Amino acid sequence: MKHTIRWALGGALTTLTGLAALLIVAMLAIILLDVLRGGAGHVTWTFLSEPPSDGMMGGGIFPALYGTAALTLLMTLAVMPVGVLTAVYLHEYAPPGSRLAAAVRVAVSNLAGVPSIVFGLFGLGFFIHFVGGSMDRLLGYQELHWAQPGILWASLTLAVLTLPVVIVSTEEALRAVPMDHRTASLALGATRSQTLARVVLPGALPGILTGAVLAVSRGAGEVAPILFTGAAYFLPDLPHTLNSQFMHLGYHTYVLATQSPDVEATQPLLYATVLVLLALTFALNLVAVLIRAHTRRRAAAAH
Amino acid sequence: MDRQVAMQGRGLVETATAAPRLSSAARRRQLREKVIAGIITAVAFTGIAALVLIMVFIAKEALALFLDAHAREEASLDKMFLPQVVRKGRPPAFVWQPVSGVPKVSMIPLFIGTLKTTLVSMMVAVPVGVAGALYVAEFAPRRLREVLKPVIELLAGIPSVVLGFFALMILATFMQENFGLTTRLNAVVAGLGLALAIVPVIFTVSEDALTAVPRSYREASLALGATPWETAWKVVLPAAAPGILAACVLGFGRAIGETMIVLMASGNAAIVSWNFADSVRSMSATIAAEMGEVVVGSPHYSLLFFIGVELFIFTFILNMVASTWARRVLERLTGAGA
Repeated sequence: MKHTIRWALGGALTTLTGLAALLIVAMLAIILLDVLRGGAGHVTWTFLSEPPSDGMMGGGIFPALYGTAALTLLMTLAVMPVGVLTAVYLHEYAPPGSRLAAAVRVAVSNLAGVPSIVFGLFGLGFFIHFVGGSMDRLLGYQELHWAQPGILWASLTLAVLTLPVVIVSTEEALRAVPMDHRTASLALGATRSQTLARVVLPGALPGILTGAVLAVSRGAGEVAPILFTGAAYFLPDLPHTLNSQFMHLGYHTYVLATQSPDVEATQPLLYATVLVLLALTFALNLVAVLIRAHTRRRAAAAH
Repeated sequence: MDRQVAMQGRGLVETATAAPRLSSAARRRQLREKVIAGIITAVAFTGIAALVLIMVFIAKEALALFLDAHAREEASLDKMFLPQVVRKGRPPAFVWQPVSGVPKVSMIPLFIGTLKTTLVSMMVAVPVGVAGALYVAEFAPRRLREVLKPVIELLAGIPSVVLGFFALMILATFMQENFGLTTRLNAVVAGLGLALAIVPVIFTVSEDALTAVPRSYREASLALGATPWETAWKVVLPAAAPGILAACVLGFGRAIGETMIVLMASGNAAIVSWNFADSVRSMSATIAAEMGEVVVGSPHYSLLFFIGVELFIFTFILNMVASTWARRVLERLTGAGA
């Protein structure tokens, strides 16, 4: 009798944990379905290729798409070399038990936990006022040229934000390259840097790409760090210099959702914008998952 | 194991390069290797530099509050943390109204706002996240498990502005219609939105901690006649407890610092009350909402950076605690398993 009760109670509680997992999946499904239902009918070619019109109540999102793409491209260019080389140091060059490597690891894990709005403050205080201000003084600009919000500063802020993502996934990729490949290369007389450039990095390339894709997906969705480092409410022109402001999909979503004069009229535009943003980040995440699955399968086959 | 091999690999390099007489080409190559190693080591400092620069530059902008006489007058520590007489004849109160004839700069409404949204999100996200992790790690059939994990991690990939949009458009309406809350945007709605953001964090870290528990623990428990639930609840969960605590602390840190969701769904009214159905204004949302209109170098500007310093310190401490605990559970389990 007691035995039955124990099993029944256990079964019931197990079901409860299963329901918790189901709830998480259900919330995800609700979000996706709602966005899909509200936005699918409005994502048309004109929506994607035209600027907003009628005081944000008509038109499309082309400048926001362009701004997001330009921003994340600049960010990737800045973060990839630094992130990959840091991971190479941590996994390939740091002597075992190195104090520096331990300090870098602690710093990176803390960097990953810094709130995104604090990155925004950092971008404002460091990049715009300090670096930009110094550049203006050195280069002799009379009015503000670099010391104002712009796409370069926003992308560098995001690069600092996504640095931990790149470092962590690159290190994971380096760990997956078999040690034999390194020793074989060294035994054939290659130097350390030749081994790195011709054996280790090519072997880790899929993992490094995964890191890049994850960083782009994270960077494309973050709004808080770019609020005061360069995102603009509305711009008639596309950004064409490094210090011009830009429109951004995430910021556009925020603006449409909270600052619209006519909620009913903007709702379809809002849903369509969210749908594009979600599709973009999910597509990137999916690419990362696929690359990773492919590498794991190949690694499993090789052993 | 790996490390030993690595050391052997390095030993190979050193014996090869320490040969007595070297041709000039070899010496040049050696020099080049040193330079490359130097550059890589230098780049590795970037992570440390970034963290230090963040600390220095946020503190620097906030420091004016304590150095500049005008700012010290307008926003002294007393005015930030102690009740102030706002109107003559009324009892002293905590008011956040930095843009007005007489700026009122009490941090207490912002602390309360942050605490309220965070509490709501933790009360939802911790049980759901940990129970979900327990199910996936202990009970789910392998097939289901391989589907569930990436799907839940997909939730982490949703940008927070989209979650904020969802809380603002859907959750708020749902709560208002079903629970009759008077203010549409309030601490509960913002907290539920935040829960969506931190559930994947808590789930992922907890699941890692649970799967790190050696199989021998489970086998021993089952062999002694415990049911699968008893094994999970009394053996696996306690063994992974520090890791699960770390997961909760990490989630807590994320919830404190999360900006867009709270900015969009909390109503942003700095009200001092313990009613969770009131609108709230959190620390992060205050920075985001007010930094756009502030005069650079004004006391208000420094004040917003000061809030940033507080956020940085809170999350820094929480991260340190979480990583220490997570490391401890790994060390204990791998030590016991060996």
